[in-house]
Amino acid sequence: MQDYAHPESVVGTEWVAGNKDNEDVVVVEVDVDTGGYDEGHVPGAIGWNWSEQLCDQVVRDILPKAEMEELLASSGISNDTTVVLYGDNNNWFAAWAFWQMKIYGHDKVSIMNGGRGKWLEEGREISTEIPTPGAAEYSAAEADNSLRSFLPAVQEAVGGGVDMVDVRSPEEYSGEILAPPGLPETCQRGGHVPGARSIPWGLACNEDGTFKSREELADLYSSRGISGERPVIAYCRIGERSSHTWFVLKYLLGLDGVTNYDGSWTEYGNLVGVDVERGEG
Amino acid sequence: MTENLRSEDYQRRADTLTGWPVKIVSYRIGETHYCHIDNVSPGATIARANAASREEAEEEAIAKAAGRLEKTRRRS
Repeated sequence: MQDYAHPESVVGTEWVAGNKDNEDVVVVEVDVDTGGYDEGHVPGAIGWNWSEQLCDQVVRDILPKAEMEELLASSGISNDTTVVLYGDNNNWFAAWAFWQMKIYGHDKVSIMNGGRGKWLEEGREISTEIPTPGAAEYSAAEADNSLRSFLPAVQEAVGGGVDMVDVRSPEEYSGEILAPPGLPETCQRGGHVPGARSIPWGLACNEDGTFKSREELADLYSSRGISGERPVIAYCRIGERSSHTWFVLKYLLGLDGVTNYDGSWTEYGNLVGVDVERGEG
Repeated sequence: MTENLRSEDYQRRADTLTGWPVKIVSYRIGETHYCHIDNVSPGATIARANAASREEAEEEAIAKAAGRLEKTRRRS
């Protein structure tokens, strides 16, 4: 796939269509709008609900290891399975699933370029049939938290030495709004982490939802001060949009030391006694 | 084994609802027309509807989206 740093991390819709009967491949749809899958999906694709199946239902956290193993095994995914993730809104939550699978050490996982929108726009075959995969065995690695940033690292980064990337909309970054237009989750304070640069996640995509070329992506981030010479922490509101940017920086551009701060603004913006910045930066 | 379908008449366009830029996507699967409305930034679906015609699906989705967008307050 183009000349990305890790070309195996992205597959095209044509590849997915050509591998629909490949028993070594499991396709999974993960949508922002969890009802999208039921309208129709890539034939044979499994649907994961991000709000119920990709996060701890009690503690605010990613899926615990045992539950990830259970989810993957019940989806017919074993450690050697090639998993292709796709979803709506330019693969927003497909990237969130990708990030979690990498945390738990899954090797062969990729994202379908353009996601659900491109598949539909191309008029490819879809199905409303819910597959019933045979159970597999899955043994996850211990969580690799080097792919995450937690609050102490973010607070330390405010002092310098790390590039913070705020991938939310410009209006959220400036503090003009507390949550994306039309969405309810909010926070106590608007603004951004002091020193963070505003690079909205969607800038990494073309109009059809596919990722921009490596050259375009390199220009985008370098022109806004992200050279890869320093560690990068990406954040958004709850850590899903920033997993998309994390994917772009790490797998398409090949930057080392990129982490996703999944506590994001709903954690930082609700802290007591902590400075935030407002304005366009 | 159910018969597989294809999406048809796929369209997307930019528009503005209650002062917010949105993307309106509509398509048909079988006999059902679907409409999704995304806020352009960040790009999340804020409303969707389905109906027997594109016009009905869009009308219903637009009404839902406008109601949700109206609740988003800009702060000075």
